[in-house]
Amino acid sequence: MTVKVSLTVNGKPASAEVEERTLLVNFIRDNLRLTGTHVGCDTAQCGACTIHMDGRAVKSCNMLAMQAEGADIVTIEGIAKADGTLHPMQEAFRQHHGLQCGFCTPGMVMSAIDLVKNFPNPTEEQIREQLDGNLCRCTGYHNIVKAIKAASQQAA
Amino acid sequence: MYSFNYRKVKTVADAAKVLAKDGDAKLLAGGQSLIAAMKLRLAHPSEVIDLGTIKELSGIKADGKAVVIGAMTRHAEVAASAAVKKAIPALASLAGVIGDRMVRNMGTIGGALANNDPAADYPAAVLALGATVVTNTRKIAADEFFKGMYETALGQGEIITSVSFPVPKRAAYMKFRNPASRYAIVGVFVADFGSSVRVAVTGAAASVFRVASMEKALAAKFAPESVANIAIPDKGLNSDLHAKADYRAHLITVMAKRAVETAMK
Repeated sequence: MTVKVSLTVNGKPASAEVEERTLLVNFIRDNLRLTGTHVGCDTAQCGACTIHMDGRAVKSCNMLAMQAEGADIVTIEGIAKADGTLHPMQEAFRQHHGLQCGFCTPGMVMSAIDLVKNFPNPTEEQIREQLDGNLCRCTGYHNIVKAIKAASQQAA
Repeated sequence: MYSFNYRKVKTVADAAKVLAKDGDAKLLAGGQSLIAAMKLRLAHPSEVIDLGTIKELSGIKADGKAVVIGAMTRHAEVAASAAVKKAIPALASLAGVIGDRMVRNMGTIGGALANNDPAADYPAAVLALGATVVTNTRKIAADEFFKGMYETALGQGEIITSVSFPVPKRAAYMKFRNPASRYAIVGVFVADFGSSVRVAVTGAAASVFRVASMEKALAAKFAPESVANIAIPDKGLNSDLHAKADYRAHLITVMAKRAVETAMK
C-alpha cells in the first residue's frame, strides 16, 4: 500500500507516492535526492538527520514522512542564499573549522540554527548542554561550540 | 519496520472509533518512542492513527489553581511556556530535560504518559503533583493511572486529551540521567502543597512510585535534612548495566534531598 505525501521542501512543493512506513529522512534522500541530510545512527541519537519542520529542529529518521504532510521543511540544502552565500551558521563553522570528517555537520548546523533561535546569545555551557542531541564521532566539539558562539554573537 | 495502514483523523472521536475496533491499532502522538520501537520491530501495529492533525489536543491553559496541558503539546512548548514557568516552574524545567532538544520538539505529554516508560520524566510530575489525566471518556487520578511497566489504566479505545496539574506551593524535579540516552536512571519529583507533601520516583523501578516515608518526614518539616537519612530498600528496584538496585536506592535519597533544596530556593 502507498499513500501520497505532499509538503514544502526548501520553499518548493514536493509530493510523492510512498509506502506508509517511509521515514521522512528516506523521503528527503531517496525521493528528493537531497542527500545532505545524513543517516548516522538511525536510532534518533546522533542528530545527523536533523532538519527543520515548521521552524523546529527535528530528527527526520525518527518520524514518518506522513507526519510531515503539509509541513514546511528546510534541509541543509535550503539555508544558503541562491547566489551561494553561506548561511551565517555555515560560515561560522567554516571560519572556526567546526568540522573534521563532516558527516555530522549538516545535522550540527541545522540544530545550531534552532539552538541560537531559542537561546539567543547562549553561554558556552548552554551550547554544550543544548547540543546533546548531536554527536560528533570525531569528537570535534570544541570548534563546533566556538562556531555556534561566534554565529550567535553575529546574530545578536 | 513492518508495514501498516496509516490513518489521519480530524477528531478524538474518530480516533477512538478506529482504536476500539482494532486491538492492534496504535495512536501516534509525537512518535519519539513508537517510531523507534517500530523500527526495531518491537512494535508492529496493524494501523497507525496519527493524532498530529487534531488541533484541539494542543495547548496550555493556566490559572492560579491549575495548569492544564493538552495531550499533543510538545515538551519544548511546555519547557518554554511563560504560564507554566510562572505557575509550576518545576514542571517547565522537567519538560526541558526530557531527551534532547530535537526530541522535545516532537515528543508530547500524552504520548509519554500513555507509553509509561519506566524511565520517563513526566510520570514523576504527574504522580507527585497529584495531577488528573483527562481522557475522552473519564478523568483518572494520578494515583490510579500508572499500573506497571509500560502499563496504564487506559482502556481499549481510550485516548488522553489533557492533563490537569494542581499548582503546588513549591516543587522541584531532580534527575540523575544516563549520560548517553538522557533517560532518568533515577528522577525524584517533590511537591509541597502546604498541608501535604508528595514525592514520586521515576527510573528506579518498573513504574513510577511514591515514597510514603519521605512524604511524612517532609510534611512535618520541609527541609533537606528530613530526607537525608531516609534509606530506601533496594528490593524490587531496577538492576541493569546502567545501575544496580542498591545504587538506585542510594540515588533516590540523594536526588530527593537535592529536590527539596531546589524547591526551597
